[in-house]
Amino acid sequence: MNQHYYLAAGTNADVLARETIFWILAILSTGAALGMILVRRAVHCALMLAVVMLSLATFYAMQGAPFLAFVQIIVYTGAVLMLFLFVLMLIGVSSPDSIKDTFKGRVPGWVLVVATLGFAIILLLGIGHAAMGPAVPQSDALNGSGNLPGLAQLIFTTYVFPFEVTGALLITAAIGAMVLAHRERTTPRPTQRDLAARRIASGHVAPDPSPGVYALHDAVDRPALLPDGSTSPESVSTALAQRVVGNLDQPESPQFAMEEKEEVES
Amino acid sequence: MTPVHYVALSVLLFVIGTVGVLVRRNAIIVFMCIELMLNACNLAFVAFASMHGNLNGQVIAFFVMVVAAAEVVVGLAILMAIFRARKSASVDDANLLKY
Repeated sequence: MNQHYYLAAGTNADVLARETIFWILAILSTGAALGMILVRRAVHCALMLAVVMLSLATFYAMQGAPFLAFVQIIVYTGAVLMLFLFVLMLIGVSSPDSIKDTFKGRVPGWVLVVATLGFAIILLLGIGHAAMGPAVPQSDALNGSGNLPGLAQLIFTTYVFPFEVTGALLITAAIGAMVLAHRERTTPRPTQRDLAARRIASGHVAPDPSPGVYALHDAVDRPALLPDGSTSPESVSTALAQRVVGNLDQPESPQFAMEEKEEVES
Repeated sequence: MTPVHYVALSVLLFVIGTVGVLVRRNAIIVFMCIELMLNACNLAFVAFASMHGNLNGQVIAFFVMVVAAAEVVVGLAILMAIFRARKSASVDDANLLKY
């Protein structure tokens, strides 16, 4: 990042380096963006998005926008992406959704390809009509140390009203998120007495048995052995038991089963 | 490596983001693709700023970032509420308003 920023502040000597960085990052970010719509898992999608955002931060730095580059990294890659991952962990991290299922019996693939290309061409044509020129030789306002004071002056003079409105927007968003995430309790909160009564009524007063930890396995996903040599499913957390399918009753090898038995007998 | 290159790249990213929004079913991935589109717009704004040599484009990109942050917060909260009610994060399952 810093390196690129200094490159941006440099003169003609490092044009080649900037070209190289641009093409490498352009290919990388396009590939990552394509990966976003092709990978199955949402977590991988988030990682691809991180690659795109970091590439964009470098582009900003190369174009004389060091402030935006850092805001991009802090706000997007730091906060927004973390928020995405946070929600991802709360809901549906294990629900892969493949792009093939999406199109099964819906839209033929060529329709999608033609529509995509058409959209891209329309956008490019629209931009082709705009007057595109080479970059103005970067003035003091645009790069280096002048960037931040220049931005601050614009934001707090010309754009001061939009800036105030932005504050209102952020507060509204925060309150909206709190309202949406808030859940009314529909049943009364169980008291300690209720909990105790429920525990006695369940017939299982003592805590669940602790997991079995053996010489060959020092992990808590091993079920405890009962005195008769069978395993106790309650000793493994249900969250673990869901992941380690079929581990409860079958140790991997017969030899291991024997060792377990000997251990119990001795 | 003129601003044209940057704008072309931003068009490419925008189109990819649009396809993602239309194609994927997982609501979180749809959101990420919207973020990709907003980022592509920002890249175009910054490219135009450097083309014209003034800072207005960068200020607009800054405001876009703020709006995007607010949008993500509210959007993900809505997503959580829908997931809580329907036990699904698929955009095809939220069809109560569908005729």
